[in-house]
Amino acid sequence: MRHVISVLVQDHPRVLNRITGLFARRGFNLESLAVGTTHVPGLSRISLVVSGDDRTLEQVEKQLNRLIEVLKVTDHSEPHVERELALVKVHVAGVEERLAVKDIQEAFRARVVDVAQKSLILELTGDSKKIDSFIEALRPYGILEVMRTGAVAMSRGERTLKVREKREAV
Amino acid sequence: MKGSEALLKALEKEGVEVIFGHPGGAIMPVYDALYDSPIRHILVRHEQGGVHAATAYARASGRVGVVMATSGPGALNLVTGLADAYMDSTPVVAITGNVPRTLIGTDAFQEADVTGVTMPITKHNYLVQEVNDIPRVVREAFHIASTGRPGPVLIDLPKDVQLSEFTGSFDVELDLPGYKPTTKGHPKQIERALDALEQAERPILMVGGGAQHAHGELLAFAERTGIPVITTLMGLGAFPGNHPLWLGMPGMHGTVAANRAIHHADVILAIGLRFDDRVTGKVSRFAPHAHTIIHVDIDPAEIGKLVRTHIPIVGDARLVLKEMLKGAKPLRLASWWRELEEWRTRYPLRWKPRPHLQAPEVIRAFAEATGGHAIVTTGVGQHQMFAAQYFPVARPRSFITSGGLGAMGVGLPFAIGAKVARPEELVIDFDGDGSFQMTLQELATLVKYRLDVKVVILNNGYLGMVRQWQDLFHAKRYSEVYLADSNPDFARLAEAYGLKGIRVERKEDLMKGVEAVLSADGPVVAEFKVYHEEGVFPMIPAGGAAEDMILEHPAEREEVEA
Ligand SMILES: Cc1ncc(C[n+]2csc(CCOP(=O)(O)OP(=O)(O)O)c2C)c(N)n1
Repeated sequence: MRHVISVLVQDHPRVLNRITGLFARRGFNLESLAVGTTHVPGLSRISLVVSGDDRTLEQVEKQLNRLIEVLKVTDHSEPHVERELALVKVHVAGVEERLAVKDIQEAFRARVVDVAQKSLILELTGDSKKIDSFIEALRPYGILEVMRTGAVAMSRGERTLKVREKREAV
Repeated sequence: MKGSEALLKALEKEGVEVIFGHPGGAIMPVYDALYDSPIRHILVRHEQGGVHAATAYARASGRVGVVMATSGPGALNLVTGLADAYMDSTPVVAITGNVPRTLIGTDAFQEADVTGVTMPITKHNYLVQEVNDIPRVVREAFHIASTGRPGPVLIDLPKDVQLSEFTGSFDVELDLPGYKPTTKGHPKQIERALDALEQAERPILMVGGGAQHAHGELLAFAERTGIPVITTLMGLGAFPGNHPLWLGMPGMHGTVAANRAIHHADVILAIGLRFDDRVTGKVSRFAPHAHTIIHVDIDPAEIGKLVRTHIPIVGDARLVLKEMLKGAKPLRLASWWRELEEWRTRYPLRWKPRPHLQAPEVIRAFAEATGGHAIVTTGVGQHQMFAAQYFPVARPRSFITSGGLGAMGVGLPFAIGAKVARPEELVIDFDGDGSFQMTLQELATLVKYRLDVKVVILNNGYLGMVRQWQDLFHAKRYSEVYLADSNPDFARLAEAYGLKGIRVERKEDLMKGVEAVLSADGPVVAEFKVYHEEGVFPMIPAGGAAEDMILEHPAEREEVEA
């Protein structure tokens, strides 16, 4: 089963290293990882896509929680928004291809962000499935490069990924 | 004040009394400051010896062990010891020097990415970039090492940070928002656990290293309920090894009674253990009749990791047992105990008598002579298992061995650390001729600090445990395990270091030898030449289950039957 997990971390040096190292060491399957800062100084947020059965997922969460710099881990099983950004450089041999690619671009509501004589760069956001199909649609024209960010995710509605309240120190 | 002095002051504030270590260029400012510090330093001959000693210090005392090393090679020599401390959940703080900040990442002389290297084998680690961070980092390191599930923490300190002027404060408040271990077990779960035990017909209590500090509560709980107790290798001593409720050690070389009890148990209360594969054998065949497994552990990630848990209790073993004691009642276990008693009397631990001196009888002789009142350390191999089987330690924190990592070479440095922690105690290192040779240079440390440690080498002339597996599973093809043709004369080796050396070769000299070791004034290295092809039994082959247990060497069994 594919799971999207959000992790709130202190953005100390090497924290990403600790997380990826953990996945490698414990044999968890990491499909993608996206990371960026939050509105709170010092805190970053990571979206992970992992696959595995329930027990594996439980271990992924527990092992992540063991890391000192991890503040919160959520498996997005509840309704959530999921987005990925992709840049695709596609070969366009002539006018005919250019028009065909433009059709695909419109159908997917992608944007053209670079135009050159023999190629275009298209930008698309959407969930990972949509991006997969976008790439498949473009494949016949000759894909030169693809860059995907990996999924980012957020729960819908009131739910937020907050820092745990301080509890009794041990 | 320099950063180096601030470091020592911060360590003093943590109550550190002794540091095991070895100096070098990148840690010299700290060693310079140590010259004026009340903290005692034990100079080891190899950093591996230092970290093992710090580990045993921690395990024998219940306090945090501290080890120090220089950058690059010094720090890398800590790797095995840190991994060992990590696997066996031991609170250790390692302090390493590093090259100056400007040289980090340039492949400078004696530079190594030590925080990178140790990331998977430490609970946490730090590269200190700011001199004024030193007190905070030290505070956090000791807190993280010693609370929750204990473990090693490394502090890497660039040389220029050690030399910088410190202008910060020592009044630091812990602020670790992502680190809040749960110590109190959930009352509802505790209640469920007590109910399950009360309904049980064949309950057992399994205890691991995480309950060493809970020995008082454990004893009270077991005596109140009358439940049979099994202790893992790491749990030995947490429950008295001479108690009638004790069934011994489970697993690959466990007792028949302990393994059968697990196999037939309906309710298992497991406290402070992690269901290592050497304990469970094949997990899918582990405890097939247990409809309820209660697992108490401070680390939530251990619960359900390997074995299905029905009642999870996250918390400190001692606090949970304290709560459980309030509701614990005597259990009606007469028929269960009849079965257990039958297995216990029918299949006691025993070795096949031979004309040669034998490792188990040497250990048994020491156990009898001391009444189990000693701190025992071991190397890794057959002698380790024999020590676990035949030296039932009477008290907690008294059996110190490498359980999770199984690192040969720990025996002597463990004995050093244990003796420094508890100087009044008799400390015996049961070692193998192979294991001992991995760290024997620490004999110099014994001499330097006049540490009265008794090293008992069970010399079988082989890497015995490997030989045993080759014997059983590789058609006796003894590939690269023979040592006797090149072993040193251990007694003379000891004398070269200025220690007393003893050698015992004949069965009839056993008691005299034991007596000579125990009555010697000061440290001793005693070599007992033991039968070279002994096997450790009972044995459950790797990946097997309790029913696959073999009681003796198959060839010898045929002999008996014929
Ligand atoms: C550092 C290390 N290297 C290799 C091993 C694998 N190993 C486990 S037991 C053993 C043999 C130990 O021989 P010895 O210390 O003489 O003890 P014995 O089994 O003969 O009692 C070996 C090589 C290990 N556990 N640790």
